[in-house]
Amino acid sequence: MSFLELKDLKIHFPTDDGLVKSVDGLTFSLERGSTLGIVGESGSGKSVTSLGILGLHKGGHARISGEIWLDGEELVSASQEHVRGLRGKKMAMIFQDPLSAMHPYYTVGDQIVEAYRIHHSVSKKVARKHAIDMLGRVGIPEPGRRVDAYPHEFSGGMRQRAMIAMALSCDPELLIADEPTTALDVTVQAQILDLMRDLQREFNSALIIITHDLGVVAELSDDILVMYGGKCIEYGAAEDIFYRPEHPYTWGLLGSMPRLDRERTERLMPIKGSPPSLINIPPGCAFHPRCPYSDRTQGKADTEVPALLETEGGHLVRCHMPREERRSLWENEIKPMLETT
Amino acid sequence: MTTPNEPLLSVQDLQKYFPVTKGLLKRQVGAVKAVDGISFDVFKGETLGVVGESGCGKSTMGRLVTRLLEPTGGKVLFEGQDITHMSQGRLRPLRRDMQMIFQDPFSSLNPRHTVGAIVGAPFRIQGIKTEHGTKKAVQDILELVGLNPEHYNRYPHEFSGGQRQRIGIARTLALKPKMIIADEPVSALDVSIQAQVVNLLEDLQNELDLTYVVIAHDLSVVRHISDRVAVMYLGKLVELADRKDLYESPMHPYTNALMSAVPIPDPARRNDRERIRLQGDVPSPLSPPPACRFHTRCWKAQAICKVEEPPLVELATRHQVACHFPENVPQEAAEAVSA
Amino acid sequence: MVTYIIRRLIGAVIMLLIVSMATFAIFFLVPQLAGATPEGMASRYVGRTATAETAKLAAERLGFNDPLVVQYGRFVKGIVAGAEYDYGPGVEECPAPCLGYSFITRQPVFPDLMNRLPITLSLAIGAAVIWVIMGVGIGVLSALRRGSVFDRAAMTVALAGVSLPIFFTGLVSLLVFSYGNPFSFAAQGGHYTTFLDSPSQWAYNLLLPWITLAFLFAATYARLTRAGMLETMNEDYIRTARAKGLRESTVVTKHGLRAALTPILTVFGLDFGLLIGGAVLTESAYSLPGLGKYAIDAIVNQDLPKVMGVTLLAALFVVVASLIVDLLYAVVDPRVRLA
Repeated sequence: MSFLELKDLKIHFPTDDGLVKSVDGLTFSLERGSTLGIVGESGSGKSVTSLGILGLHKGGHARISGEIWLDGEELVSASQEHVRGLRGKKMAMIFQDPLSAMHPYYTVGDQIVEAYRIHHSVSKKVARKHAIDMLGRVGIPEPGRRVDAYPHEFSGGMRQRAMIAMALSCDPELLIADEPTTALDVTVQAQILDLMRDLQREFNSALIIITHDLGVVAELSDDILVMYGGKCIEYGAAEDIFYRPEHPYTWGLLGSMPRLDRERTERLMPIKGSPPSLINIPPGCAFHPRCPYSDRTQGKADTEVPALLETEGGHLVRCHMPREERRSLWENEIKPMLETT
Repeated sequence: MTTPNEPLLSVQDLQKYFPVTKGLLKRQVGAVKAVDGISFDVFKGETLGVVGESGCGKSTMGRLVTRLLEPTGGKVLFEGQDITHMSQGRLRPLRRDMQMIFQDPFSSLNPRHTVGAIVGAPFRIQGIKTEHGTKKAVQDILELVGLNPEHYNRYPHEFSGGQRQRIGIARTLALKPKMIIADEPVSALDVSIQAQVVNLLEDLQNELDLTYVVIAHDLSVVRHISDRVAVMYLGKLVELADRKDLYESPMHPYTNALMSAVPIPDPARRNDRERIRLQGDVPSPLSPPPACRFHTRCWKAQAICKVEEPPLVELATRHQVACHFPENVPQEAAEAVSA
Repeated sequence: MVTYIIRRLIGAVIMLLIVSMATFAIFFLVPQLAGATPEGMASRYVGRTATAETAKLAAERLGFNDPLVVQYGRFVKGIVAGAEYDYGPGVEECPAPCLGYSFITRQPVFPDLMNRLPITLSLAIGAAVIWVIMGVGIGVLSALRRGSVFDRAAMTVALAGVSLPIFFTGLVSLLVFSYGNPFSFAAQGGHYTTFLDSPSQWAYNLLLPWITLAFLFAATYARLTRAGMLETMNEDYIRTARAKGLRESTVVTKHGLRAALTPILTVFGLDFGLLIGGAVLTESAYSLPGLGKYAIDAIVNQDLPKVMGVTLLAALFVVVASLIVDLLYAVVDPRVRLA
């Protein structure tokens, strides 16, 4: 069994307007020392997944089913108190906007000390020394002095470093980063991505990075999971997703994105329409109203949910189109278009 | 009226200082030099992209040019007319010609007004009568930006983020402007929607003969959409060149570092790129470094960078840069610099 | 931080000056502007029974014939240095701080006020303890169990508390809990024992007024706390606190409540300051001889100097309370210290 395994995880929220199926049957696994990138647009369910793994939906209104196995322990059926004990220690999280994610009334040091002392019975003095140590390790200059600063006295990049120091303070084996660089400037983003890569090697933790930015995913991930409407629609090694993508949605994402590493294309190839509302996910394949190839599914597009099937060596695709047709479309139409100048 | 080689918009040594006060009496102790002496021209039909990180003054610049903010110094000329300190009354007819698109499609639309009222507002404000009535005119515009004209009576919350940005664009197009200043027009949108809006902006430019200034932090989007690109750092223009020149042979170390920092969506290149990694964050615009403002983060900085501010000079055809030690400089220009 | 404190102190002094001017204006300036003659003014002070002759003399002695500035100066001087009132047969001392001299009771006002203050203070402090504990407690529970039966019931009662006037709740509770009823546990109104004489008797006598007054405020505070908590518990830093593995109780108190209570602190300071200047309705309903009752009696007897004295003292309390709140705010929220 892998270090982290999700089996058919479902997280649904009953609301006055109907059932919101934020995560609808997610299955994947992740080993220590490797990185999974979860890509999706707003409302794809990627953030709900991460909070679900940490057990932060427990005790709320959410209906959770399926299994989450972390290091041989099942977490969906575990008690809230037990999962709380794992949070911050065995699994930790980094959030998008470090200014709003840190408490404005407490110093950065106090917040790291708090995180450490939940799981370690040490004196405040020892914990403070550890906090200074962690701040130094994430590259904050003069950590002995900065430990007493408040979050608003830090710059954006420094805040995110402090947030990372806090998340790593108990040496977690699973680290989830939800849009960790979206709120940062591009030069600072590069520093933080480097830092996360280095720290992951050092701590040998399993890393899940959640983002809408394919560039960020490509920088860090070994495996990539593309989410749409609460489901995984394509999963594979980073090379599979970037060099041999088979789902029209993945093609659409690649075609939507202007790239600095290629010749400039005359025209972007966007996906028509908007991401679906999770209350009202289209029947059949959730992507079919936006899919340019929905007429090639023998009429199954809006009647049958396609299964997530292996196409080759761990590369999974959820699409009604036959494999040969997808491959030939990619090779003969999509790929040349993405690369034309 | 402009002749072909006369700029539609000309910005000369534009400055905006926000006062900083301190102490009991709120004495002014300094100023945030948000925009500190920048000059550039925008020609009819082209798109000028403006990139930079937070605090570089790009948004302030956009607001100065459209006179949403009052400049501290310098000049803004629109079609040869000095609008720097023009009164709001005299400015009103010019507002038809110069419109602004904002980043946030959620907060820039009044939730209590229908789409028809929002897009039709410019007609009312400017007191313009159209041939078949305002409604018809508005519906034509809605169709132009790819919205259903029958949605005339709907409210903003009934639309998705991308559609709302289209409403915002429709509003700016109502009076057939000559120029549109777009401040981060796609950064709040999902990736697949970003591309739709970028394409729409390009189509409208061709169809309506528009001139754009696009302000954005995303270098890939700016490269895609712009003819010329300006790079800003801490209130200064550090490089201005044609798109191809800027992206293929950037002269300013900062431009180079910016492009090097953009994550590349290609897993094979994650380790083999020669990356330039800048140290630290952008310094606070409250106390920017003296002389060349980039010298604190620049790996090429020498003693002169700390004492003398490099002027913005043209080192290649239509390629201006403000640096003591520029890169990718043609031979003859390099000799001229060292001489 | 020091600048912040000094600035707030100066602000408070200026506020006090304005308060003194406003009070002066209400009691001296406005009547004179409205056409009252010096004699008429004087008769308001020395009593209606005075003859025209004595009123004229009194006007002279009290200085109503002097220019307004001189009158205001004398008014301020009285507060700071004390005053003497010549009522004809002799001269009455009114030592500083002289907030007026009642010609009806032949007493300086200030010592009167100081005698009444402990009663109002006792009422306010006791009620404040109850309403803060009840209001905040119920507000927090309501927010955490949003939509539950408890929440709905609490908010309905709170709505009643906010809406029902004290002279209603006060009289009803007197009727139900006092006057020899089977459930009577509290004293009837009109009794007051000092805390030093007998703490238990003190509390017994004040219990009903406390509860009545607290009911009104607790309702407001429950609603405020509930709204504040609902907002705070949705903040990103609450999610972070949970992700660290903190116990929910710690998340709620240390991270949630602390932030949610900050705005309530402001409201509390002002409410409390206002209250110790006289809980007029409660004191009247229970016939407690506090500042509020004093003010009402003075108004009924048309004893202007007393009314003015109470007004000044009450205003002073509000200004001081808001000063303390401002300073506490800086202690609670580190971001305020920068300002």
